[in-house]
Amino acid sequence: MGASDYLLPNNRVLRYNFRERMIHWSAAVSYVYLLLTGLAFWSPWLSWIAVVLGGGWVSARLHPWAGLIFTFAVLLMYAQWADQMHETPADKAWWAAMNHYISNEDEQVPPAGRFNGGQKFLFWSFFWCGILLLLSGVVLWYPVQFPAAVRLVAIFIHPVAALITIGLFMLHVYMGTAYERGAFGSVIRGDVSRAFAMRHHRTWFEDLVRAASPRK
Amino acid sequence: MSQATLRIQKISGHAGAVSGAGMQRDMKEKQVCKLVDTTTCIGCKACEIACQEWNDLPFAATSFNNTYQTMPDTSWNYWNLIRFQEHTREDGTFMWLMRKDQCMHCADPGCLEACPADGAIVQYSNGIVDFQTANCIGCGYCITGCPFNIPKFNPATRKVQKCTLCADRVAENLEPACIKACPTGCLHFGTKDDMKDLANRRAKQLRENYNWANAGVYDPEGVGGTGVIYVLHDTTKPELYGGLPANPSVPWTVKLWKHPLKWLGNLAMIGGAIGLFTHYLRFGPKLEHKNGDGAAGGGQGGAH
Repeated sequence: MGASDYLLPNNRVLRYNFRERMIHWSAAVSYVYLLLTGLAFWSPWLSWIAVVLGGGWVSARLHPWAGLIFTFAVLLMYAQWADQMHETPADKAWWAAMNHYISNEDEQVPPAGRFNGGQKFLFWSFFWCGILLLLSGVVLWYPVQFPAAVRLVAIFIHPVAALITIGLFMLHVYMGTAYERGAFGSVIRGDVSRAFAMRHHRTWFEDLVRAASPRK
Repeated sequence: MSQATLRIQKISGHAGAVSGAGMQRDMKEKQVCKLVDTTTCIGCKACEIACQEWNDLPFAATSFNNTYQTMPDTSWNYWNLIRFQEHTREDGTFMWLMRKDQCMHCADPGCLEACPADGAIVQYSNGIVDFQTANCIGCGYCITGCPFNIPKFNPATRKVQKCTLCADRVAENLEPACIKACPTGCLHFGTKDDMKDLANRRAKQLRENYNWANAGVYDPEGVGGTGVIYVLHDTTKPELYGGLPANPSVPWTVKLWKHPLKWLGNLAMIGGAIGLFTHYLRFGPKLEHKNGDGAAGGGQGGAH
């Protein structure tokens, strides 16, 4: 896709194409199932979640398969986004202005590219936690086939990695729905307003405009 | 008529005492215990068959591995296995070690600790650790939590099974099926106190009269003591007896996960949710149509 394809009518900007949105939602739906069934196994106070989802036995059978779907989606995500997720000096400046970011003083936040430092952090954290969850999850899936020492590591790593992703997930959902208005539409319909693009991903947007400009 | 009246008090052609005879039989609220005297086990496997019979377990095909052991390991349908070991002593003499392997019914059970399913593993007031298969979700965490490698996965039902110490028989003041079948009197059953006393007396006898200087009782502290105790010729080398662990305990990663991590995780999740909500109340959303031109205090300026 050329840069001009990203600039849509009515002052809209294409943020995520269909493929990106599909992969995002494959990961999201499988993750939510994993989260709900995982929480049911995490605490007896949350066992009712498994009851709603067909019982503990059914949840224990399906949880690993959902994990494979999630892993597959994360790998696709890696293939499509890893190149865009390398940290740049601009990201360091962005992190340094975190206090302005969280208090909505966006004028004092340095401009970000297509993904800002926080999004890159989310991506890599989810990627590496996904790898840890996969490796430990496979061990827990086949309890008899692995040596006891490996299983004892896995039984601890799995909830730790899961808890990290839960923190990231809560933050991600909060920012994607309540906090950054317009962001949720970008991952549903794919587009954002030029105002959103300017405010949150100024370098990306300006590069798009420049590249699409016939004068250049 | 209670089945307790079926308790055997005399046996024809039987060497040694009737298993468990003369022992206290009022098991209510008392910890029960199985005593296995490895020094008098002849490896006849009567206990294995009695277990299969009483628990109505289907026998599975086994393999011959040049050993006097019925099968390589216990399984979901074979809860009781005489582990066999050929052992050469330091003086070059040779001995067969036989150990009846089954659930140890730990006072501090690793399986129960690791199990995430409500009510899938219980410990009765008499100390028996029992799986409630209806509540089992088949996650296999008990397999990882057990320091004795006892719970076994049934691939057909995708649930886990193990020795019940014949909880159904014990509830009727009967000894477990394996005890009843033992022909040498190497298996005994009674209260933990009685069995410990009997075991210690036998170990003393072995030390003083049979030249087994290291003879003793295996009742590991790391799991709070067990509901199955062994008399061993040499307590310093329990591993010789088919891999009996010297210092079994509930695995520390299971403890770490079930206690500190659980609290930390719960606090973090609830704290995180409160934190995010508080942030929203304090600062509110970043509105999409605020002017993107960098002007301070732009407010809700509408689209370009």
